Amino acid sequence: MTESQSLWLIPILPLLGAAVNGLFGRRLPKFAVSAIAILTVLGSFLWVIKSLSALGELDVPYSEHYFTWIKSGSLDIGVDFMIDRLTRIMLLIVTGVGLLIHIYAVGYMDHEEGFARFFSYLNLFMFFMLTLVLAKNFLLVFVGWEGVGLASYLLIGFYLKEKFAGDAGKKAFIVNRIGDFGFSLAMFLIVITFGSLDFTKVFEAAAKMPVETQAGTLTAIALLLFVGACGKSAQMPLYVWLPDAMAGPTPVSALIHAATMVTAGVYIVARTSIIFDRAPLALDVVSYIGLLTAVVAATIGVTQYDIKKVFAYSTVSQLGFMFMACGAKAYSAGIFHVATHAFFKAVLFLGAGSVIHALHGEQDMRKMGGLRSKIPYTFWTMVCAWLAISGVPTTSGALSKDEILIAVYSKSEWMFWVGVATAGVTAFYVSRAMFMTFFGDYRGKEHPHESPATMWAPLVVLAFLSLAGGYLVRDLVPTLSPEVGHGTDHSSLELIIAGAGIAGIALAAFFYLMNRGLSQSVARALGPVYRLVYDKYRVDEFYDALLVRPIQAGSASVLWKGIDNFIIDGVVNGVGRTASALGGILRTCQSGHIPSYAAWIAWGAAAAVIGFQIVSGGNR
Amino acid sequence: MNPLNLMLVVPLIGFLLCVLASKERALLARSIALAASVLAFVIALSMIGPVVAMPTGFQFQSDVPWITTPIIHYHVGVDGFSLWMVLLTTLLTPLSILASWNTVRERLNLYFAFLLLLEFGVLGVFVSLDMFLYYVFWEVSIVPVLFLVGMWGTEKRSAAAVKFFLYTMTGSVLMLAGIIYLYTKTNTFDFTRLALLAHSLPAEARWLMFLAFFFAFAIKTPLFPLHTWLPDTYAAAPTPVTVMLAGVLSKMGTYSLLRFCVGLFPEEAQHAAPWVAALAGISIIYGALVAIVQPNMKRLVAYSSVSHLGFVVLGIFCFNRWGFDGAVYQMVNHGISTGALFLLVWFLEERRQSLEIADYGGVARVAPWLATAFMVTTLGSIGLPMLGNFVGEFLILQGAAKASFAWAVFASVGVILSAVYMLWFYQRVFFGEIAEGVAARMPDLSLRECAVILPLIILMIWFGISTSGMMEPISAANGALLNLLEGPARVAVVK
Repeated sequence: MTESQSLWLIPILPLLGAAVNGLFGRRLPKFAVSAIAILTVLGSFLWVIKSLSALGELDVPYSEHYFTWIKSGSLDIGVDFMIDRLTRIMLLIVTGVGLLIHIYAVGYMDHEEGFARFFSYLNLFMFFMLTLVLAKNFLLVFVGWEGVGLASYLLIGFYLKEKFAGDAGKKAFIVNRIGDFGFSLAMFLIVITFGSLDFTKVFEAAAKMPVETQAGTLTAIALLLFVGACGKSAQMPLYVWLPDAMAGPTPVSALIHAATMVTAGVYIVARTSIIFDRAPLALDVVSYIGLLTAVVAATIGVTQYDIKKVFAYSTVSQLGFMFMACGAKAYSAGIFHVATHAFFKAVLFLGAGSVIHALHGEQDMRKMGGLRSKIPYTFWTMVCAWLAISGVPTTSGALSKDEILIAVYSKSEWMFWVGVATAGVTAFYVSRAMFMTFFGDYRGKEHPHESPATMWAPLVVLAFLSLAGGYLVRDLVPTLSPEVGHGTDHSSLELIIAGAGIAGIALAAFFYLMNRGLSQSVARALGPVYRLVYDKYRVDEFYDALLVRPIQAGSASVLWKGIDNFIIDGVVNGVGRTASALGGILRTCQSGHIPSYAAWIAWGAAAAVIGFQIVSGGNR
Repeated sequence: MNPLNLMLVVPLIGFLLCVLASKERALLARSIALAASVLAFVIALSMIGPVVAMPTGFQFQSDVPWITTPIIHYHVGVDGFSLWMVLLTTLLTPLSILASWNTVRERLNLYFAFLLLLEFGVLGVFVSLDMFLYYVFWEVSIVPVLFLVGMWGTEKRSAAAVKFFLYTMTGSVLMLAGIIYLYTKTNTFDFTRLALLAHSLPAEARWLMFLAFFFAFAIKTPLFPLHTWLPDTYAAAPTPVTVMLAGVLSKMGTYSLLRFCVGLFPEEAQHAAPWVAALAGISIIYGALVAIVQPNMKRLVAYSSVSHLGFVVLGIFCFNRWGFDGAVYQMVNHGISTGALFLLVWFLEERRQSLEIADYGGVARVAPWLATAFMVTTLGSIGLPMLGNFVGEFLILQGAAKASFAWAVFASVGVILSAVYMLWFYQRVFFGEIAEGVAARMPDLSLRECAVILPLIILMIWFGISTSGMMEPISAANGALLNLLEGPARVAVVK
């Protein structure tokens, strides 16, 4: 047995940071607040490295038990942490990217009110996210799962004054709760089926179960877990919270709503791959939802003008790709894309943040343009991420996207082609954003200035990883299922995928570099279709009309005013009036007169006893 | 002296001292009240050790004849279940007294006297092992509520008092009749004997008794559709009293459901379970939906309480270990979180002199610690993991899923809705632009207020993480009840 690695330190360090900054941060100078926030995350990162190097190849998972959390009857849930190869890569992404974004945030948040509060929340997020990936049972995952939702809620609503920020935070939490509804039902079903929530026990038992050709318990568990994944990872139909979540400060968008938290859904599907493998129907659902989300979000991304919104829809779409991989049983391709996406999407968001910072808060791309000479670090780092997300060959984005689409090809050819087309659209909208922001003439009024080194230095590291990180992490990606499609030659497929990406870039160049204004005419020509996509298919309005308003109106007028106040109280008051006519109850209790109260009870009880005797037949 | 008797006597003595306090010494009354309630709490704490060591039987029993015909005993005791109810009561009473410290001005010696009398009555209910004694304490707990609402209440207090009176009296009449009827059949009021003898009653009689008790406790809890007294009474009562009503008095209902309804008439309860579970499920959803649209803070929290107590009842009527354990665990944690919520609402009310949500806004920027305390309590209330309510809710829902998966699905919707009403509530009060009249009147938490709210917040976190200290005795006590339900012991004695 390996000696104890004290894995608990990994999440506890940021929790300490959150506590110190939360309780005393207002009285601390800014450098102390930032030092506490960064050093605790650095400590976690180093502890991850130390533990991983001590644990070696991880041929068998390593676990630690701390204490019993909940014990009732046959159910015994411990606070247990575990590291296996899946945890390993997640830990590295979360602490590594998390550390870089913490550093960046010091520069970005410099002028903001509530500096300490921000870093307290950000550290709190790290605590819950690390708990989520280290947990060895479903309930402990759920702690992290709801906890990251809380941190996300607090950070989206960080700008306390703004109503839309509060609305967006609340929406994120509630939509996630709908997903958590599925997750908790999955847990109840797992306990009933396997008698435990412990990963080792559940997966050992599940591995012995046959593949369900027709929907059965495992299919139900898998689908319920996937409902949870849809909430957390913003898939159809629960994706609506993520675009609104951009109301939070940009480092939050990068860390939580692009690189880490939103990939938790992919993580849980990969974690439970043993169950999904035996539930082919659930896998089909995962594929369809992933594909549909990828397509829908990509099309919306084409029409948006807010630079953060473009990348938000891009994130939704890329998460769809990850689920397409899982649906094709290529869980490791999905996790690989989690890693590479964390790199390039973090750059895109942090770069967007740098642009916004340079323009003193401007987010509308129509008021940007020509920024490449004015903020060169930002520009060149974003170019790296642009190439990666577009799938230009040899970038890390291309590596993982190829793996996904090749796996999808072996599952279903038509899905492959739709996926390739979506990859093309992806390249198109990111290129559009790049051209509108950095090329042409500057259309704004503010004077752009390059961001400080604390901001662009992390960008440089992440940009490097966007290009080359794929080669570094490829060997760390765990093998989770009998892999699909290995061994055969896929160079023709790879060529098609690369071609789609390059075509997307070229098309964007045609519209937004060479023929400016053409895009508007196309949009006009498409008329209502364009409007529909621009308005995000009006899904929010649909939910509002179908759910939010009826619930509010129904609760107010039917339940509260109708049933409570009219029907039930009507009966009660009717009884009351009759009674008061009979004997002056009203006066009795207004005067607080005890003897008559006692008399009422006595007479009533006597009558009731006689009643009982009669009804029960008086037999002794 | 038996510490249990001492714990009961201390608030009673405090009550008498407060009543007798002269007008000039009225301020002394609140110090007496605080001292008595703290002393009762300390005594209750001292009982934890022995009870936890032997949680299945009744500890600290005291059994002395009180009246010879009919045979009524002063018989009290605590086990691993009632201990926590006692601790909750003795904890919330001093906090409620401390919260009322500066605000009650008129006849304040009587106000504090009634709070102590309320504590005395409620404690008696939780420790009585003689059904008649139990009934007496039950009534003793109602009288001070009528006075506290009637004399120090706010909004529409007489209408609320009438409604409370009607509901309560109906429940009391049915319960008293049930207890007397049981006596006529078995010649005893002793709970432990009744638990063995109730089985031998004819089936119709058992059903009637079950329904009579169930009805009384369902009103007290309350369960839909018997809940409409609750929002009115909670809103009309002075808010520190609402803390006691929501935190402690509602537990009289759920405690009695498990101990007496299920303990005395297990077969009937089990047969009725689908119906009761349906009512509990409706309470969960209904309470949550109506809470969403409440414009008044106290009414919002009151309806949320209807929803949460629905979970407790659902857990009891799952008839399995998880449901029972979760229900009892949730009783304590609901007491803590709802008590804390009403206290925090009271802090707001004291400052802004309003309970309308619309009168607030942007409080987080003016009073950040108040906002933080409110946030933690909100999260506790909506069942965030690592806070106490989550543990109870999880076990209840797990128990429900075992009994019938559909129940768990239905009840889990309530978990979603709890986030809806609480977060919207929080957003309107604490976020957004600073509302008119908020900035000037909204100092942050005072030292006294910290002393009131901090213990509850610490307990929320503690019971969310370290559960075994409370869960083990609860589970052992419930195990004894479940064994009883399976029935070899009772059948043997009856034969």
